Parts: sequence; C-alpha cells; structure tokens
Amino acid sequence: MLTVRNLRVRYGRSVSALHGIDLDVPDDGVLAVLGSNGAGKSTLLRAVSGTLGLHRGSVTGGEIHYDGTRLDKLDPAAVVRQGVVGVPEGRQIFARMSVEENLRAGGIGARSAAERTAASRRVHELFPVLADRASQRAGLLSGGEQQMLAIGRALMSSPRLLLLDEPSLGLAPKIVERIAAIIRDIHEQGTAVVLVEQNAVMALGVADHAAVLEVGTLALSAPADELAESEDVQRLYLGGHAESEAEAERQVEAAHEQRSAKRRLSRWSG
Amino acid sequence: MDTFVQLVVNGLGKGAVFALLALGFVIIFKATEVVNFAHGSLVLFGGYLVVVTRETLGWAGAAVVGVLSAGLLALLVERLLLSRSRLASPFSLALLTIGVDVIITEEIVRRLGVSLPFIGDAWDAQPLQVGGVTMFRTHLVAIVVATVLITLFFLAFRYSNWGIAMRAQAENKEAAALSGVRSWVVTSSAWLVAGLLAGVAVLFIATQDFSGAGLSRGTHSIALAAFPAAIIGGLDSTAGAVVGGLVVGLVDALSTEYVSFAFAKSAVFLVMLVVLVVRPSGLFGTKETTRV
Repeated sequence: MLTVRNLRVRYGRSVSALHGIDLDVPDDGVLAVLGSNGAGKSTLLRAVSGTLGLHRGSVTGGEIHYDGTRLDKLDPAAVVRQGVVGVPEGRQIFARMSVEENLRAGGIGARSAAERTAASRRVHELFPVLADRASQRAGLLSGGEQQMLAIGRALMSSPRLLLLDEPSLGLAPKIVERIAAIIRDIHEQGTAVVLVEQNAVMALGVADHAAVLEVGTLALSAPADELAESEDVQRLYLGGHAESEAEAERQVEAAHEQRSAKRRLSRWSG
Repeated sequence: MDTFVQLVVNGLGKGAVFALLALGFVIIFKATEVVNFAHGSLVLFGGYLVVVTRETLGWAGAAVVGVLSAGLLALLVERLLLSRSRLASPFSLALLTIGVDVIITEEIVRRLGVSLPFIGDAWDAQPLQVGGVTMFRTHLVAIVVATVLITLFFLAFRYSNWGIAMRAQAENKEAAALSGVRSWVVTSSAWLVAGLLAGVAVLFIATQDFSGAGLSRGTHSIALAAFPAAIIGGLDSTAGAVVGGLVVGLVDALSTEYVSFAFAKSAVFLVMLVVLVVRPSGLFGTKETTRV
C-alpha cells in the first residue's frame, strides 16, 4: 500500500508546489488524481517515483511509504526495484531506439531474468502491436502506439504500483478509450494504479477512488463514483469546459457508462 | 603511389588512436553532457604509470597498469568531484574538468622533468617493409588494437544491458531513471571506459613512430586532437567519433606530406570549421530541434 503523509514539495528555493498532501493507494486500488494545470499532479508522481531532483525539486516535508519502505529517501532506480514504476507525461519513449530496445530498457529494473521473461510475454499479450513492430524505431510509432510502448516499458519491471501521468494527453478519443481499457486490464491483472489525468471522464471511468488537487493542496478525496456525482466535480472537471449543457450531460453520462463497464479485480501474475 | 599508400596507412594508424580518444570523449558527453577537458591529463597519467612501473613489472605489466590507472583516475574524477556537483550545469562541470586537467598535467610534467621517455617498447621504431612501402609497426598495431576495442565497444553498446542503459540515459535521463536505470552506474562506467581508452591511446602516442617525442606536455597537446575529431563526427555520436578520429589522422598525415608540418596542425581545425559551417552538429551528430 502506498501512503503519502503531509507531503511538501518545493522547486528551487521559492516555488512551493505541494503543501501537505495525504493520500493512500491500496494494493488493489486505482486512484485517479484530478486537477487543473499547476495543481501539483505531476509533482506528486515525481515525488513518489523519486525524479523530483531531475526537475530541481525536492521533498521538504512529510513522508512517502510503500509496503513499509520509505520511498522519499530513495533514488528513482531504487523506487523501481520496490515495484513502483512511473510512466511520465508526454510518453517520453526512447525515440531513437527500437521498440524492442525500449522494452529491454524497461526490463533493467526487473528483479530477475525469469520475472523479465514473464513480463515480456505479458506485455506482448497486452500490446500485440509492439511485437509486430519490435525492430521499428520507436519515434516512428503513432501517438497511441507510443503511449502503449511507454506503458509496456513500465510493465517490463513487473510493477506492483503503476504511476501514469496523463496517458490520454494528445490522443484521439478512440485511442483514449483503448488506453482506458488497457489500464483496466493491467489493474485486473493485479497492479495498483495511480492515474493522473486532466481527462476526468476517462479517469473517473477507470478509478475506484479519486482525489482532486488544487494549487498544491488536496481539495477532495472520495470514491470515484461519489466524485462523479459531485456537483463541484461535474462543473469543474466533467462539464466545466463543455460548450453546452447537453455536452456537459453527455460527458457525465460517459463517465457513468465507463464506470459500469469496469470489471472485477484479479492478480497480476507477471 | 607508394608514398600515398604509406601516408594513408600512417594516417589511419594515427586516426585509429584519435578514434579511441574521441570515442572516450563522446561516451562521457553522451552519458553526462559534460565536455571532458581533462582527457589529455588521463592520457598523460596512464603514460606516466607505464614509465614508473616499467622497470619492475616489465613493459607488458606496466602497460596493463597504465591502462587500468587511467581508467581508475577517470572513475575517481567522476565519483569524487563531478558526482558531488549533481545540480551544477554541464558548463560548470566542463570548467571543473579544466581545473582537473591543469593540476594533473602540471604535476606529471613536473615529475617527468627533462626526461621524455618513449613508452611503445613492444612496437616502436621497428618499421615493416611491405612491397616497396615502409610502414610504422606502431600504426599497424594501433589499427588492429583500435579495431578490436572499438568493435567490442559497439557490440556492448548495441546488445548488452549496459549499452541499452547508456543509450537510454543519453536519450532521456528521466525516462531512463523511471525504467530502473541506475544513473550513477552509467555515468561512472562511461568515465571508466573513456579512461581505459585514453590509457591504451598513450601507448601509441608517446612513440617515435607516432610523434617522434616521448611522454611530455606534447603528448597532452596531441591528445587534444581528439576534441576536433569528436566535433567533426558529432559530439553525441559514437560512430561519428570513430569517423572523426580517422579524418583527423588522415588530414594530419596528408597535409604534413603535401603542404607542411606547421600547416598540418591548423589543417585539422580548418576541417573542423568547414564541417561546423556545413553541418553544425557534426557529420553524424543529432540535429538540435525545437518544437514551436
């Protein structure tokens, strides 16, 4: 279980990005983290995965624990070896390397060769397209395929907790639906997920619990279906940007439909 | 014609040595974005260890000690100095390497005093006659050794987990870290490999065949030709480093013969300038692009 307590993060000497966040992600949970630009969603994931230093940020207070291990004192590679793996915003695949090499890079954090082989089989089952394009340069894949590769790369180290930073960013609605289905599959196979999203329809459709960040503080935290019903959330994140009331209602309806399509949990055996 | 063939072989021999140096230079740049101006001092340090251990260990043992020492020194520079300045910009770290270079070079030059020892005992000053062409044995051995080492490097770079990790980090440090790549392992190993290559290179540079001069401040100046070699090939391209090294070697050998010894020194930089004007990122370097 991931536990975040009173987390405070600062970039440089003066920019305070998170002001005391408390969160829990159970081993079989999917947590959606919603919020507008600058709310601190990506910062939260960077703090968990240990990459704040690469952005000149640092944890200035609080603690992050995963299954009894304190994560906020570990480097990113050590966090991966604890089973907590992130997919960064904007996919960030290794564009000059082949698809297969990207997956091999993802397997570097695996705990054993057997685990790597099993994870590779699982990734190719989830994303057959990656096997078809194994020798192709990753930069030549479509946006959706690149997102699949980024997720596949993260799965190569058999994570127990997957951190996804805006996987729907810049993708066509149909591809977003596929990505949502894939996240459900991954969860169904036993991997807990933290899903940072601006696309609240997609996020609430996949998650069982959701948290809303506003300028570095936790504004709301509740089961996803409760949040989907919340008037504030509907106004701000589900219908707030719709161009008409009908559109807003359609988006709320879509979130409900996606929720009802959710399947039950099972364990990730990779 | 015989002269030309001889010049080409000599040029390729020198080029092979420059390729080893440029490759080390590029590996460090790819892994850390730091331009290592201390490369010349690594070369001198490896050579100096050969000089001081040769009498007791014999040439072969001393050569091994020299190569390993250069690698170890590079590793120490990275671990003790650069890794502790993680938030410093690559420009600051490049300045740091200039400081390291000055300290190590001056100390070794002071210790060498007036002696200018040659250190290529196993092959130096034993020319070979092939047909009507006289070839320097040093250059032939350099070509063979560099070919073997560069091939091994590229096989590891392409197929091993170390190579995958190195390329991943060179392309995207954050994504590599999120994949479980240990950044410090990649960075340290890059410095270690570069140091080892510098240690091998000096066994050919401080010879009568290569430079006509023993280990001295001049060895350091010759090693600096790795810089234009890396720029010509493209600072972030390992294949470019090899091509750049060969270009520098050939330009040096041909312009020495057909123009003058003095011109040869500037010819290398002239070629570098032309390449920079035509292809600012070098022959094989990645073009810098910005999304607008």
